[in-house]
Amino acid sequence: MKAFEYASPTTKEQAVSLLSAQWGETEILAGGTDLLSLMKDYLSAPKRVVNIKGIKEFQGIRTSAAGVRLGSLVTLEELLDNQWVKAECAALAEAADGVRSQQIRNMGTVGGDLCQRPRCWYFRGGFGYFPKGEGGEDLIAQGENTYHAILGNSGPAYFVNPSSLAPALIALNAKVRLFGSQGWRDVAAEEFFVTPTREGEREYVMKPNEILGEVIVPPSKGLKSATYEVRQKEALDWPLAAASVSLKMNGKAVQEARLVLGHVAPVPWRCQEAEKALVGPASEERAAEVAKVALKDAKPLSQNAHRVQLARVALKRAIVQATQGGA
Amino acid sequence: VISVDISAAEKLPGVRAVKIIKGPGSEIQWAFDEVVGVAAIDENTAEDAIRKIVVKYEKLPHFVKEEAIEKAGKNAKPAAEQVTGDPDKGFQEAEVVVSGEYGISVITHCCLEPHGQVLEWEDKNLTVYPSTQNVSGMAGQYAQPLQMPASNIKVRMDHVGGGFGSKFGADGWGIESAHLAKQAGAPVKTFLERDAELFVAGTRPSHFAKIKVGAKKDGSLVAWHSESWASGGLTGGGMPPIPYVLNIPNQRKIHTAVVTNVGASRAWRAPNHPQACWLTLAALDDLAAELKMDPLDFYIKNLGLAGVRADLYRRELLKAAELMEWQKKWHPRGDATAGHLKRGVGLGFHTWGGRGHDSECRLTVNPDGSVVVALGSQDLGVGTRTVLAMVAGETFGLPVEAITIQIGKAPDYPPSGASGGSTTVGGVSSATRRAAVDALDQLFSKVAPGLGVEASQLEAVGGKIQAKGDPAKSLAWKQATAKLGVTPINTTGKNPGEGKLIDSGVGGVQMADVTVDIETGIVKMNKFVAVQDCGLIINEKTAESQVFGAMIMGVCYSLMEERIMDEYLGRPLNSNMEFYKLAGIGDIGDFVVHMWKDDPEQDGRGVIGLGEPPVISPAAAIGNAVANAIGVRVPRIPLTPERVLAALDKKGGLTS
Repeated sequence: MKAFEYASPTTKEQAVSLLSAQWGETEILAGGTDLLSLMKDYLSAPKRVVNIKGIKEFQGIRTSAAGVRLGSLVTLEELLDNQWVKAECAALAEAADGVRSQQIRNMGTVGGDLCQRPRCWYFRGGFGYFPKGEGGEDLIAQGENTYHAILGNSGPAYFVNPSSLAPALIALNAKVRLFGSQGWRDVAAEEFFVTPTREGEREYVMKPNEILGEVIVPPSKGLKSATYEVRQKEALDWPLAAASVSLKMNGKAVQEARLVLGHVAPVPWRCQEAEKALVGPASEERAAEVAKVALKDAKPLSQNAHRVQLARVALKRAIVQATQGGA
Repeated sequence: VISVDISAAEKLPGVRAVKIIKGPGSEIQWAFDEVVGVAAIDENTAEDAIRKIVVKYEKLPHFVKEEAIEKAGKNAKPAAEQVTGDPDKGFQEAEVVVSGEYGISVITHCCLEPHGQVLEWEDKNLTVYPSTQNVSGMAGQYAQPLQMPASNIKVRMDHVGGGFGSKFGADGWGIESAHLAKQAGAPVKTFLERDAELFVAGTRPSHFAKIKVGAKKDGSLVAWHSESWASGGLTGGGMPPIPYVLNIPNQRKIHTAVVTNVGASRAWRAPNHPQACWLTLAALDDLAAELKMDPLDFYIKNLGLAGVRADLYRRELLKAAELMEWQKKWHPRGDATAGHLKRGVGLGFHTWGGRGHDSECRLTVNPDGSVVVALGSQDLGVGTRTVLAMVAGETFGLPVEAITIQIGKAPDYPPSGASGGSTTVGGVSSATRRAAVDALDQLFSKVAPGLGVEASQLEAVGGKIQAKGDPAKSLAWKQATAKLGVTPINTTGKNPGEGKLIDSGVGGVQMADVTVDIETGIVKMNKFVAVQDCGLIINEKTAESQVFGAMIMGVCYSLMEERIMDEYLGRPLNSNMEFYKLAGIGDIGDFVVHMWKDDPEQDGRGVIGLGEPPVISPAAAIGNAVANAIGVRVPRIPLTPERVLAALDKKGGLTS
């Protein structure tokens, strides 16, 4: 790990002033569950690390008529412990529960979950963001791509977005609040993530000198929501596919739906055609049909066709879970 | 290697030594081979220095994915075919023949404490603090490459965090670190990073085989044909002992060793047996399914081919079946109940030697009553210290707390074998027993006259030396040892030695009960039963723990553990604890261990090692349970969701 300057500001204004306008020069430290491993692996070698844990404004969960406001420093464990979140945002609580490591839930934060870097093993192994061979070959397309994208994968990015909470927040129509030198700006959770096309870009619209300070989840108003992860292990393991859904129900019929897949594309994947197809009487058969619609444009790579099936199952089961009692 | 520039690293403050290990002109055979060594005042400085070293390489052709034997070209080294009986005639006589292709991936030892050591020079003497399974055998391995007498080398190790067969040697990093320590004029600590630990510090070779096997309609096995291949790195990989346990009458076996540019394989618990067990029992389970026979009946019918342990296997199979409720749970292939969760049971069985290694124990009974047992052995966390204290304690009629165990130092303590192949418990317990009996005889001779009893009529029980069956004529242990005056009793016990204290050759049976989600391909363990023979059990708790540990390892390698290589890069992609998947507590299900004590003559066999046998059968038991659940063979271990779905897809049974 390269030596670096360490700053521990106590206000958001101080924190922003300590951040560089260039990616890579400074890094924001919250739970550290991702940043420390990136630094140990020399994938990030910042000149300055800005610890934001001392900024009280970014802490805590507050509920009001406008919904729930999650400070970006709220840990996954705090989310799971919050009765309001459990009662009103089942999809979010279930997503946090999918992180099956007590240690990571204790340290990992909402902001960190959204901003963590891809788990692509070429990237993490130091072979690059868009790894290429000496002759320009696309190493992922021809290589070990079982865990890579099945949607939105026309290249050069093949990694999957690793966030556990993002699909749930998008399904719940949340917004992300970013603080910068010009003050706050709001971005819909769905608009927060982007697919990078050049080395050095990041996977979100946040600028290097902005901080993700809050997430606002609108009032649930009786929405039924759920998250289902297909994970090989009960112990800590990345999902092979995940789905978060939120449904506005009228009795046993779906009036409106937001369906989002996780771990299948470089960004959390909203399934708008499937959302329309789900409107109508709810049943397991219908959920299965809708899941097929959601994945019809999937283009698996050489080794990951099975994950199209897994994504269908995740979505079908999330829909069934929501209609059968999700909050 | 074209060129190596270490100048920038040498200039970095805090760097104490830089040594080129493979200079220009050297050929590097695998990623993570030792090229340059750096010693610095701390880990971060060493890491920074490494990044300042510039090595220019010429990239040579490499081959790293041995499962694709058709791409191996000249890396494939076929061996002569082996024939037993008349396989052609055997298959003509067979009434039912099945064939299939089966495989089991490379796994790594994945020791939680990585390989490494601290090395300290004092003048011409070297002290090594290694993480090793081989305390007594370590000095000699440093002496030769360092061109120094082994007598100038001391070895010290109290505890080791996992070895599994990968920690017998000094290793290249050990020898080079000794050079660096000398160059730096300071002690050097070198431990592998997780990525190197998983890639170059030990792998279990993969094995693949196309197998054809034939039987009569009544299930009697008559013929075996296998075309197998395996890789253990540069040395290729030998043929596993197939067909496993059952010596099928007519066999033809063709094996090809495949050379790969990867870190060399090392002994992994029961070398070659888990692979052989899986390949054989998967093929035979497919044959039993074709015959529409319950595998339990099928194997019992064929146990005549199992040799001397046939009857032991029969009774162990029945015991395991009782503990698993096999009769209630087994069904013909394919769980016919509705829904996406399918349940099934499967079985495996195995054998191993486990004879105690050469060992020497120095035992001291001091006049103050204290007892010291010293051996140049090591405790891999399996209870070696416990077992030694029990053997000496029981011999002297003393509690285990009264015995001081000294292990982990050489040459201070007498030499004992490396802990590999399930040889430790037999070696160290018999050496200690002999030393203790000898010491006790000497003590009896000292105290006999005072008690007015023949030495041969004394016994040591309950902390006393007494006339056999007559507590009135007794001395408390310390009163007895006080009779020694100022001279302690020193004895040496050895294995091998007089009398039958140990044996070799065990059998074991395992049965698994699994549930498979046929929509996701995810396999969950419900219950896992192990019935294990190991002769005389010294300490039941640590013996059971060995079996539990083996079963956990077995679940890991059956369901999730495998090394993933990138063909272009020639490098591993999952040499970390994130994508090199190991089971957590929620993934293993319920375990039932039955240590075999069901024969009156069991204790008389003496002590037999237990480290290897219970880790052999898991893939067969779990893999066959999956086939029983979903009605189709998943031919490759580990049984990942992808492979389970692929097998279901082939069968046309996939639903969503």
